[in-house]
Amino acid sequence: MVEFGGWDMPLHYGSQIDEHHVVRRSAGMFDVSHMLSVDIGGPSSLTFLRRLLANDPAKLHGVGAAQYTCMLNDQGGVVDDLIVSHSKHDQYRIVLNAATADSDVAWIEARRSADGYAATVHVRRDLAMIAVQGPQAREIVWNALPETRALTQSLAPFQMVDIPLGRISRTGYTGEDGFEITVPAATASSLWDSLQRAGAVPCGLGARDTLRLEAGMNLYGADMDLSTTPFESGLGWTVDLRSARDFVGRRAIEGVRVSRVRFGACLLGRGVLRGGMLVHSAGGTGVVTSGTFSPTLGCAIGLVRLPRPSGGQDPEAGHLVDIEIRGTRMPARLVDPPFVRRGEILINLNNLPKS
Amino acid sequence: MNIPNDLKYTDTHEWIRREPDGTLTLGITDPAQALLGDVVFVGDAKVGSTLAAGATAAVVESVKAASDIYAPVAGQILAFNDALESTPERLNASPYEAWILKIRPENPADVDALLDAAAYAALAGKD
Repeated sequence: MVEFGGWDMPLHYGSQIDEHHVVRRSAGMFDVSHMLSVDIGGPSSLTFLRRLLANDPAKLHGVGAAQYTCMLNDQGGVVDDLIVSHSKHDQYRIVLNAATADSDVAWIEARRSADGYAATVHVRRDLAMIAVQGPQAREIVWNALPETRALTQSLAPFQMVDIPLGRISRTGYTGEDGFEITVPAATASSLWDSLQRAGAVPCGLGARDTLRLEAGMNLYGADMDLSTTPFESGLGWTVDLRSARDFVGRRAIEGVRVSRVRFGACLLGRGVLRGGMLVHSAGGTGVVTSGTFSPTLGCAIGLVRLPRPSGGQDPEAGHLVDIEIRGTRMPARLVDPPFVRRGEILINLNNLPKS
Repeated sequence: MNIPNDLKYTDTHEWIRREPDGTLTLGITDPAQALLGDVVFVGDAKVGSTLAAGATAAVVESVKAASDIYAPVAGQILAFNDALESTPERLNASPYEAWILKIRPENPADVDALLDAAAYAALAGKD
């Protein structure tokens, strides 16, 4: 067990690499109850969220829709990344990272009272969450909980539904299909047992990290934080500037030249990439923000942040960089993440254009 | 914890076996592989070099961390277990069969000063 964001969590249940493979090949499950659900309600809930979030929750047409977004501060720095879903009329739920949960709630409460929104903020520390992920995940959930099949069979990715046992959403942090199941904390333990009996293999934080990195998904605190804007963190696609909506941080980032950029990197030799390693590129020195050994690819991969000097050549997928590993520079190839999705390797080291 | 009685140990979690021909065989212990987690690379072996005791002789890299392997006594590194290039996970599965290095000690009596199983078990139990 290791400490993670204020919680005691298992790094693995035996082998993190075996757990990684089981998620890509059949189904694994993660206790993700460390994440915090917060319900935002009331007649101004949508207006409030449209002010708070960089993506536009007005796009959540109808109950059951969900989207991924960042929450920014006035300087355009990322306070957290989260998923917001439309629970019912005038009711939304956001799911926050554990490490930032308390500061996020304080931030949200401060904005609500400062801007005077008629919205309720209900922190749901009574809820637990289990993520079942993999090509067989949904089938295993339906075998464990037959009453959920009819209600969740037609859920598209990023859709959720509330049912008697709790909430099921077709979301996750692995790049595989699957469900995240939110239930009252008191029922979580027996839910875990039912899922395990139905074939879901318990997986820990180690596999969670290698899976999300292969899927090109950021980790708050490593790949972005208050000192980075979404555009510097590969999250520009989550920022919705199409309406005149004045969300917190918009003015700091709109129209501003982006001077740092996120890429994926594959090490072209034997070694493991780790956060903090220096990356030497044509445009200057950057850093590995997250690194690991990819069990699916069989080589080291990472997310890197590189400088984008004005008047210089922009880094591009296919370019070579040098990464400093314990004093030795080793070549790596820049790629556009994700590395793997739905069990398929998406990058091809052999066919990438040479720098 | 599996700590065979017929081996010698270091406080850096290596095991050493004295061979009939006077050479030493070295690997990492069961507690070491458990601490490391899944091993993904073993390499940088200084085959052919003569090293002082405590000098870095090879590297074991797991998903969690990179760990140096140290020469337990002064001597020459004779060989590296090439099988570990393609299947490094053997170190996790069978740490006392998957040897890493063969060493010719400069002074065979140096090995007597290494830890015996009981002393290593006491040390490993504290981790």
